[in-house]
Amino acid sequence: MVFFSPTIRALPWVAIALLSLPVAGGLAGVLAPALGWLPALGGHELTLEHWQTLAATPGLADMVRLSLTTGLASALISLAIVMLFIGAFAETRALALVRRLLSPLLAVPHAAAAIGIAFLLTPSGLASRLISPWPSGLDTPPDYLFPGDPWGLGLILGLVIKEVPFLLLMSLAALPQCQAQSRLRLARSLGYAPLTAFAKAVLPGLYPLIRLPVYAVIAFASANVEVAMILGPTTPPPLAVAVVRWINDPDLTMRFVASAAALLQLGVTLAALGLWWLGERLVARLTQAALTDGRRHSGDRLWAGAGGLTTLLAVALLGGSLVGLVLWSLAAWWPFPATLPSPLSLHAWRGAMPGLKEPLAQTAVIGLAATGLSLVLAIGALEAEHLRGRGMAAWAELVLYLPLVVPPVAFLFGLVQLQVQAGLAPGAMAVILAHSLFVLPYVFLSLSESYRRIDPRWAQVAAGLGHSPASRFMRVRLPLLTVPILTAAAVGFAVSVGQYLPTLLMSAGRLTTLTTEAVSLASGGDRRLAAVYALMQLLLPALAFALALTLPRLLMHRRSGVLNP
Amino acid sequence: MTLLDSFTSSRATEPRAERPINTEVASNAALILEDIRIDQGDRPLVSLDARIAPGEVLTLMGPSGVGKSTLLAYIAGFLAPAFRARGRVLLDDTDLTRLAPETRHLGLLFQDPLLFPHLSVGGNLAFGMPREGSRRERRRRIEAALEEIGLAGLAKRDPETLSGGQRSRVALMRVLLSRPRAMLLDEPFSKLDASLRHEMRSLVFARVHRLGLPTLMVTHDAADAKSAGGPVIELGGAS
Repeated sequence: MVFFSPTIRALPWVAIALLSLPVAGGLAGVLAPALGWLPALGGHELTLEHWQTLAATPGLADMVRLSLTTGLASALISLAIVMLFIGAFAETRALALVRRLLSPLLAVPHAAAAIGIAFLLTPSGLASRLISPWPSGLDTPPDYLFPGDPWGLGLILGLVIKEVPFLLLMSLAALPQCQAQSRLRLARSLGYAPLTAFAKAVLPGLYPLIRLPVYAVIAFASANVEVAMILGPTTPPPLAVAVVRWINDPDLTMRFVASAAALLQLGVTLAALGLWWLGERLVARLTQAALTDGRRHSGDRLWAGAGGLTTLLAVALLGGSLVGLVLWSLAAWWPFPATLPSPLSLHAWRGAMPGLKEPLAQTAVIGLAATGLSLVLAIGALEAEHLRGRGMAAWAELVLYLPLVVPPVAFLFGLVQLQVQAGLAPGAMAVILAHSLFVLPYVFLSLSESYRRIDPRWAQVAAGLGHSPASRFMRVRLPLLTVPILTAAAVGFAVSVGQYLPTLLMSAGRLTTLTTEAVSLASGGDRRLAAVYALMQLLLPALAFALALTLPRLLMHRRSGVLNP
Repeated sequence: MTLLDSFTSSRATEPRAERPINTEVASNAALILEDIRIDQGDRPLVSLDARIAPGEVLTLMGPSGVGKSTLLAYIAGFLAPAFRARGRVLLDDTDLTRLAPETRHLGLLFQDPLLFPHLSVGGNLAFGMPREGSRRERRRRIEAALEEIGLAGLAKRDPETLSGGQRSRVALMRVLLSRPRAMLLDEPFSKLDASLRHEMRSLVFARVHRLGLPTLMVTHDAADAKSAGGPVIELGGAS
């Protein structure tokens, strides 16, 4: 094992290269065609003509406006819900319960959640059936446009439902770092009501720690494709959806316009981040005086009620969506306003079975490969930290967020163009690498806290007993981390299962996964089949989490110290 | 082969019977700490120059923050990058200063027993044993070692199911089975309650004396130093 230390020390650099090169290369790969240069499609000279075409596109301003408003509004609402929830429920059992539910909630793929919400709230959905014919008095579906309302409210809702668990997870991980508990107790003992204590004593320390995740949320929401395709308005759609349409346009010269639009999307996302940043300054300045004005109660009951209510609403929405999906998948004949389909039938499932096999296998193989690669790199990067005895540099931590902040539609499309220019065949390898760009950051974020918290004395004891660094890693540190590693693997697998755009673009539409199928079925007419695919999409990550939970208990059932560290 | 006192799980503080043990003595060298000085940034933190004879226990005392544990970390080979150190660590003529921690053969005992939770009690002992002998031979030695500390037949147990005192004894046996050439004790008794502390002290010091291991102990507790019976160096306050 002479090669152990050099290998481990090299892995962080491999991880950094994997995360940064495709993003940088992808942006370069979209910049050139945007300026007219793409020899493979006959573009040989630099021109601004494609930008002019883009600018003349009808509805462009609406697209940009939609991307900005839905991105910022969903991030703001998510952050508010999370902060109210933590503030109202800090140090209660509810928080401990939610903490345990978080990972599976995070695992719900965006598309599945969006389909669930669409089917729940659509005029003929479960929600309006529950209030019809009594008390609403309706015996035909009400007349409103959902999904796809022109203001993007449905889209905002879908994004919030998915962003809340993520921000909650990141906030809970950050709480101990800012000594939240002692700050809170100190403020309470000085007479501050719980939420006021949280807002004045904890929040100023907590927010800087979750700023990067918040930026990732804004970036994701302002550039998301699959949620917007399912829940967003269609004419015009948000900019990212339009970019994908142009990319898939049979007229290949549209790719030049698509490249320009992809860069515009980058600009829109950066603008959203910039606006948020300005908002941060403004809020900091406006609230500075209030922090020390000595008020002990500022509408605590009201805010706590709002926190509880919104959390309840979010849970009800997710639960209702799930029930709705199950009912739709079992429905044969389900006239409005019947609450339940009758009779229940497995017809849709039986019909879907033959077609499910291939997407299921593709999804699993891609997910396992991307997760495996990401685990090796994440563990390597963390073990290298341990070997060096020093944490990773701040800039390296930023690289981790690169694929989460740069709009995927921009750099992935650039990679496709590079692929075309280099004459490489699109396929599974490219898809797996592209998935890893998004899986690795989540695997790393999920694992890093536990990994950095291992008591260094474990390794010291082992070294004192004559064990080499490789043996200490394999025989002490890895087994101690069995549970967090399996959890991180499940998170990574779930992230991969949920990926839509990387699969679509990097395989040139030739690979079908559960997610690509679900998204394309969602806009089609067959709700039953779409429900089956959305449920399958949920089932796979759920299976991964169940395995992560039960495997250590089976393998190490007499090692309670590993299971409950 | 050396004779070592057996230990029974009762409050036995005096050796009652003597029996051969399976922890052979690797060498009887003295541990020499030659003009060691540790700086934190530009600030001198701690310095020590000492020779610890085989079987002798040198006790370092002093308030927290004077660098006792840092010194121990340096000797064991784990100094954090924030510190700079000079001076040599020797076992008689063998210079350990540049060696990797795992090749120094210095046995560490901390205030927590740190039994690996992913291994059984016997697995923890096997983890410390040198890689030699048949499987049956190793198993026999583990059984014998457990018997010596009054835990006969518990090899397959989950360490979590042991009492605090039992865990400390297993941790001690694990170190001794690795045939250390010197011992480093980092406040080894501070987390035990009064009666257990008494028991563990006699257990540890009796073995250290009999095996002829030079031992460096860091502690807050003057009673530890008294029980060890060796020289005491006060760090910090005195100088």
